[in-house]
Amino acid sequence: MTMKLPLSRSVGGMAAALLAMVASMPSLAQPIAITGATLAIGDGSEPVRGGTVVIDAGKVVAAGAGIAVPAGAKVIDAAGKWVTPGLVSGFSRVGLAEVPAVTETNDISANSPFSAAIDVAPAINPLANPIAISRTGGVTRAVVAPAAASGIFGGQGAVIDLGADMSPITKARAFEYVEMGEAGAAEAGGSRAAMILTFRMMLRQAQDYAKAPTSFDGNSKDALLNRVDAEALVPVVTGAIPLMVHVESARDILTVLSLRQDFPALRLILAGATEGWMVAPQIAAAKVPVITAGLEDLPSAFEKLAATQSNVGRMVKAGVSVSMGMLTGDDALQLRVATQQAGNMVALTKVPGATGLSWGQALRTITLAPAEAMGLGDRLGSLQPGKAGDVVIWDGDPLEMTSAPVAVWIDGVEQPMTDRQTRLRDRYATPSEGSLPKAYEW
Amino acid sequence: MNKGGRLLLIAALLAGTAGPVAARKDKDETPASQGSSAEPENPYPSTYRPYGGRPTVLRGATIFDGEGGRIDNGVVFLSEGKVSAIGGPDTPIPADVVVIDAQGKYVTPGVIDIHSHLGDYPSPSVEALSDGNEATSPVTPHVWAEHSVWPQDPGFSRALANGGVTTLQILPGSANLFGGRSVTLKNVPARTMQGMKFPDAPQGLKMACGENPKRVYGSKGREPSTRMGNMAVNRQTWIKAREYQKKRAAGKEQTRDLGMETLADVLEGKIMVHNHCYRADEMANVIDMSKEFGYKVSTFHHAVESYKIADLLRENGICSALWGDWYGFKMEAYDGIKENIPLVHRAGACAIIHSDDQDGIQRLNQEAAKALGAGRRMGIDISDAVAWTWLAINPARAMGIADRTGSLKVGKMADVVLWNGNPFSTYTRPEKVWIDGALLYDAFDPKRRPVSDFELGQIGAGDVK
Repeated sequence: MTMKLPLSRSVGGMAAALLAMVASMPSLAQPIAITGATLAIGDGSEPVRGGTVVIDAGKVVAAGAGIAVPAGAKVIDAAGKWVTPGLVSGFSRVGLAEVPAVTETNDISANSPFSAAIDVAPAINPLANPIAISRTGGVTRAVVAPAAASGIFGGQGAVIDLGADMSPITKARAFEYVEMGEAGAAEAGGSRAAMILTFRMMLRQAQDYAKAPTSFDGNSKDALLNRVDAEALVPVVTGAIPLMVHVESARDILTVLSLRQDFPALRLILAGATEGWMVAPQIAAAKVPVITAGLEDLPSAFEKLAATQSNVGRMVKAGVSVSMGMLTGDDALQLRVATQQAGNMVALTKVPGATGLSWGQALRTITLAPAEAMGLGDRLGSLQPGKAGDVVIWDGDPLEMTSAPVAVWIDGVEQPMTDRQTRLRDRYATPSEGSLPKAYEW
Repeated sequence: MNKGGRLLLIAALLAGTAGPVAARKDKDETPASQGSSAEPENPYPSTYRPYGGRPTVLRGATIFDGEGGRIDNGVVFLSEGKVSAIGGPDTPIPADVVVIDAQGKYVTPGVIDIHSHLGDYPSPSVEALSDGNEATSPVTPHVWAEHSVWPQDPGFSRALANGGVTTLQILPGSANLFGGRSVTLKNVPARTMQGMKFPDAPQGLKMACGENPKRVYGSKGREPSTRMGNMAVNRQTWIKAREYQKKRAAGKEQTRDLGMETLADVLEGKIMVHNHCYRADEMANVIDMSKEFGYKVSTFHHAVESYKIADLLRENGICSALWGDWYGFKMEAYDGIKENIPLVHRAGACAIIHSDDQDGIQRLNQEAAKALGAGRRMGIDISDAVAWTWLAINPARAMGIADRTGSLKVGKMADVVLWNGNPFSTYTRPEKVWIDGALLYDAFDPKRRPVSDFELGQIGAGDVK
């Protein structure tokens, strides 16, 4: 197999080594070359015309303009279409609920004796309809967080793929989730002061547990953690897994950043951060990634009084790594609105006084940036060689609401483009019944 | 209008005329007896007055007129609060007017949101300001949503600046079978609700099917706890309302009952019914109930299953107020599909984009784009100009204000948005918004951006500014 290295786009440096690696691997299937598209890599660069993506053995081999189609590849002509990496939802609860308001189907939170130790990974249902609906909407990976209902800690979240198979987990126990704003104060008894003390004492007790697990008494009257939750917080204190902190106000963000004075190994991720723009230099200096809602522009809570649609743009301008996700709205269902969030960031560039993002930067917030926030930026989130073969072909500009995916690959595997909604659509393409009831049309 | 006239009106409403019929209160009509009191028929009158503006011509834009028409390189002339001319490039432009070069831009009538809770469920979302549902009884037709409207809700300004919303209907919430009266507002900042109130717009009656009433009251051990309970309580209430209405029409003495007054006004075609109803089978039940008692449903709201009975909705002249892509958050929303709006539209029934949401109301044009794209992909080719009816003349008709707004026709209110691109694009935002000819938002003029009292002096001081 010979291949012309990518030119302007990129990434050529690694390509030769990767090609050697790919060549040495058993080929899972025929290489795929998607050609002629308007191509966006996902790394923040702007889209290029006449782009080609080559996928082989489940990975991206090359992507860019001027890429040669390898011999023997299955060629997919995408002229007039757009190609992007699969979208990565920076925050969601997909797979944890089929119908969120139907409690039997909802595994997002629990009133439980456990909190930090709760692990969402085994609860994720890869057959949940919202996974298929998100997949046909172009979302191929998602950060899945638990919600806190038994104290400030919600438990351990995962990163998943949305493939039509029974193996959804990309990374289990990818982060610990904690509430540190209004919701955290409520969980801690009613005040932020109590919440911060609770957090500090819980982490201290986790440190105690780490020093002497057998002598840790989770039942003593001073214990804030049972043994299982204490054990779960050890890798948080040591920085082995990141701590995703849901926090909205500027004041609360600075409080969270200051936690590293006492717990220097904490690997923080801010989720929410509606007022992040006010303290963007501090967030950037702390090198803490932010996952936010993007379009939150109302003072919908007192912790969001400074909400603005320019939040993302201003933080990116200050050097913060920003991703977008379902911090508001239907976090178990509507991951596909990522394109709308991103498109509106582009719209802001034309509004005087507002700060938006370029098209490439906007796409990055829903592809590479969330992958990087999860520590997976070297494995997925963009069409750089060696990364997961998560690719979407769109029938138009993906950030336009009139556009939709026409084909989706996850780890190089082509995905079905049908879901329950497309079946309902087809059944009711006409409302009138034929010789038999609608129930016989399938 | 005499009794016979009212019956004729009801008959006309039931005859399945194309589209919903506006049943405006006729100011010359002899007020029906309302018991022994001499209370005014319109006790909370609008004090809204147009803010005035300079005669303005928008020249060179692509115009969607809101009724399905499109004019390229068009001219719109706004003066004295009205659309005073609209046409192609040859349309005469008067002297001494402001001329805005709108080449490459788009002009539409202002967006109308038929389903909003702004002011009733304002920002910030705290209990002290949460006034949208009188969830203490399943039957509360006596409450009026306008009496909960907090004009300082910052959400109004976002709907104006980001969404180009110029008119919106505020409905009571959906906890109750009979939720109360709605109010239609002009999206202008004001000190009082009355200062926003759309003059002489008919009120609506909010009703609700399905899960919400049975859950809210069933969980309290009260009726209704089932869908059949929902229908039974509805029907018993309509029976009482008919008796009340008959006595009132006959001028017989009876104690005033605010709830019964609302329902009697519905039976007389003065108040339009806006029925929250998700499922196709429940909408069919409501249609039969409306015939049983002789009233007209204007619009089913949140009707995620309208596509299953689009023929029935067309035959009965009932609109569907819909989301672009919401589905599955509750059981009765499980079958929501993106093609709902285009399927309803193609069947010849009336389709409307609605928000029910403080964020969604800022992007109704984008929600319409989702539906438009989904329809085109399944071969339903609807033009951009026709799709704009979902945001303009259709909701105006369903709210009984189509004779005054909802399209760019000469003599109508100058409720106009100048968009900086095609409004079905995600990259497009309003550049200027006029309400009754008054320029109330201008992207290029910081002083033409409203900041509510709540936001004044706060950190951030409001995102519109």
